[in-house]
Amino acid sequence: MGKHITLQVDGSSHDFDMADPTTPLLYLLRDDLGLNNPHFGCGLSQCGACTVLVNGTPMRSCVLPATAANDANITTLAGLGTPEHPHPVQQAFIDEQAFFCGYCMNGWVMTAVALVRDKPHATDAEIRHAFSGLKCRCGSHMSIIRAVKRLTEAA
Amino acid sequence: MVAFNQLMLSRRRALCTGGALFVSFATSACSSSETTAATGMGSATKPALTPPELDSWIAVKQDNSVVGYFGKVDVGLGIQVAIAQIIADELDVGFDQVSVVMGDTAFTVNQGGASGSTGLELGSVSVRNAAAQARAQLLAMAAAKFGAPASRLTVNDGIVSLADEPGKTISYGDLIGGRYFDYELTWNHKIGNELLVEGTAPLKNHADYRVVGKSIPRADIADKLFGNEVFNTDVRVPGMLHGRMVRPPVAGAIVVKVHPESVQLLPDVQLVVHNNLVGVVAAKEWTAIQAAKLLKIDWSTPKPAFPAEADLYKTIESAKTVGKGGPKPTGDTKATMAAASKTIEATYLWPFQSHASMGPACAIVDVQPDHVTIWTGDQKPHYVRDGVAALLGVPAAKVHAIWLRGPGSYGRNDGGDSAMDAAVLSKAVGKPVRVQYMRIDATAWDPKGPASVHKTSAGIDANGKVVAYHYRSIAFSRENIASHPDDPTQSLAGQFMGMPVSSKQAFDVPDETYDFGVQHLDWEVVPALLDRASPLRTSHLRDPLGPQINFASECFMDELALATNMDPVAFRLKYLKDKRGTVVIEAAAKAANWQPQMGHPGKPQGVLLKGRGMAFARRKDTRVAVIVDVEVDRHTGRVWPRHWFVAHDCGLIVNPNTLRRVIEGNIVHATSRALFEEVAFNPHMVTSVDWLSYPILDIKDAPESINITLINHKDDLPLGAGEPSSRPVASAIANAVFNATGIRFRQAPLTKARVKAAFI
Repeated sequence: MGKHITLQVDGSSHDFDMADPTTPLLYLLRDDLGLNNPHFGCGLSQCGACTVLVNGTPMRSCVLPATAANDANITTLAGLGTPEHPHPVQQAFIDEQAFFCGYCMNGWVMTAVALVRDKPHATDAEIRHAFSGLKCRCGSHMSIIRAVKRLTEAA
Repeated sequence: MVAFNQLMLSRRRALCTGGALFVSFATSACSSSETTAATGMGSATKPALTPPELDSWIAVKQDNSVVGYFGKVDVGLGIQVAIAQIIADELDVGFDQVSVVMGDTAFTVNQGGASGSTGLELGSVSVRNAAAQARAQLLAMAAAKFGAPASRLTVNDGIVSLADEPGKTISYGDLIGGRYFDYELTWNHKIGNELLVEGTAPLKNHADYRVVGKSIPRADIADKLFGNEVFNTDVRVPGMLHGRMVRPPVAGAIVVKVHPESVQLLPDVQLVVHNNLVGVVAAKEWTAIQAAKLLKIDWSTPKPAFPAEADLYKTIESAKTVGKGGPKPTGDTKATMAAASKTIEATYLWPFQSHASMGPACAIVDVQPDHVTIWTGDQKPHYVRDGVAALLGVPAAKVHAIWLRGPGSYGRNDGGDSAMDAAVLSKAVGKPVRVQYMRIDATAWDPKGPASVHKTSAGIDANGKVVAYHYRSIAFSRENIASHPDDPTQSLAGQFMGMPVSSKQAFDVPDETYDFGVQHLDWEVVPALLDRASPLRTSHLRDPLGPQINFASECFMDELALATNMDPVAFRLKYLKDKRGTVVIEAAAKAANWQPQMGHPGKPQGVLLKGRGMAFARRKDTRVAVIVDVEVDRHTGRVWPRHWFVAHDCGLIVNPNTLRRVIEGNIVHATSRALFEEVAFNPHMVTSVDWLSYPILDIKDAPESINITLINHKDDLPLGAGEPSSRPVASAIANAVFNATGIRFRQAPLTKARVKAAFI
């Protein structure tokens, strides 16, 4: 029997026996909990498709060992809001019709959630700086920036 | 009345009634499911899924909702909404009543998948024809029901009303809901993009459209944002195992020995080895990933398959020609140039580029003794079905491909290969197997956009008029492997397993219709560097060949403008024989307040240099003109295209806001290709393996603005928009960089290193 850990995921508590303590958080979320996001993009912490909030901080679940997230509060896209009660960031991205394939959106949305929380009046340069490093292959960048500005310029 | 009864008479019922005109005269030889007198209109049995069957395109449910069946797919550009808009208008139902099923081979015919920006231009035509015919069938049913001519019927939101008789209304759902039209359309007997069905019902006038032309948002965006979208990567089938592939470390290497003991400590790992195809299968995905990493294989050490990267273009230019083509020359360019008072020539270079889709491809395949199921995100699911069927040696009818949204797709990426690999693994282990590639498999091993050399030359007479023009592409083929994943010999699995290999030799020349009198446009194809399982095998990448061909031709137009002392916009307007092209160029120039650029910009001083450039593109019948304002940092070599002005003509606009997004996406994606993307390799292997070694555009380099002028042709049919605005982007950037710096860059991408080096 491996190490025992507990994760709070989108408000629910889950216990795991970690036979392999190196297993990245991503595989617990996807394979053990059956969540449809985050996504596997690179497994190298280079793209952001696997991003979740760990105690409020956007982190790459593809490289974060699940054991390092023991007792943490984890929020995925699905935990941000619902169609009836969307998170403002979700609503802004819907209103802006951001994204094409959308496979990358975990990184952008989770980073946006942290950004508008920490810098509600973020400038264009601060928005670009916060997002730098995230990948979007379809070229959604313009609508992503506009979506965030719906919040930062209204705040 | 007779005419309408003929209209609604089905082929099957016509057989049953011995050719009688009236539906209710069914003979006892017909089963009850084929008669309709007692149970309402339509047939209870769904006809087989074939292109001419109206039921292959449209279904009306009892609740008066409508399902459209689309044999293409929406890879993120919003065509699902556009198709629903077209159906809603043609069928006279509300947009919210329509849902569209895409790409599932059990419910849709093969319309070619996402391909060549043909979703609206070709794909919507059959859907529209079918919807119009369905409306006519429904009106005929209502006419029979009311005993009144169809000319007295009106339809609103799928409710048929009889004029001047307020009580006489009936919904589509009550007429046929849950049953089938059983009506045969005319089919041109083609499949794929060219598939066309036509009915006899008249189509609606565009002036009467109420839904087409509206900016209805995409529903899938919200689904994805709430985590409710099931991507193909999210499919979980009972009993499903996880597979990973193990590729050779060196291109062309073959398996000498596999060491199963190297993964014996991992739980329940199964190895699948067919010649040089090697895969691992495990219950847990993480276990499969580790097994693929740990599995020890002795590979052969083949001689280097590739030249040094620095020698790529020299290799192309000195290689033998294995294919050539192009339109017939108009006169003798050589002789005309020899007689010209001035000639200029230039050579342009374009690298191999990777799809590098956001997620590595994924497929789940369940090979059962009598049936195969595929869950795929590939953009051509019908061809995936055909390819897997051929690989397994089973009839395509026994294979069902279910399409789900996947991680981005811009042509023949790694999606088709992943289904073939999953099929091999599933057959070997007898369980459904999910294969998702690792990043290196997606970036290093996907089919590549071909590298190319483009040689341009022109002759100018004493009056400064261009009198001869020669454009030649020398390149790797556009399709070392076919753009459809329907042939296992053109897949990595088939090639690793030892199937015979072949390559189609084809390239292209510019589509823009400049008229220089005597001109010669041609292409030559050189052999693939490695003919089997090559990580540099080529196939279609977004706007296949468009950006590279345009990069040479539209930059050379600017070079010709300079050589003839003309402004680049005025030069194009003078020589372009294309009215719609002229309109977009003028529209972009107006939006940008273009000021004539005369003469060489010299050698501007300062650190941040600013410039403006333009380019024009035609892709089939879509026209795009772009103007870009760039900033070039002399110290870092950074080129930043800050502001874009795009004028775009794709015929009838179905959904303006979505079209604007699509154009933005093209501009940004193509900017990435123009400035950053270049597959790196050494003589042994592709060395672009991830996002560090295959860098793409970062948001810091995204433009500040993209101003878009849409030119709408309300009486025209919709044309393609998924790719055309990718085409002129690299050309416009290079033209703007020349305007900013006085330096003509003829090699893409315009990387920081390349630009910085040019200043020294």
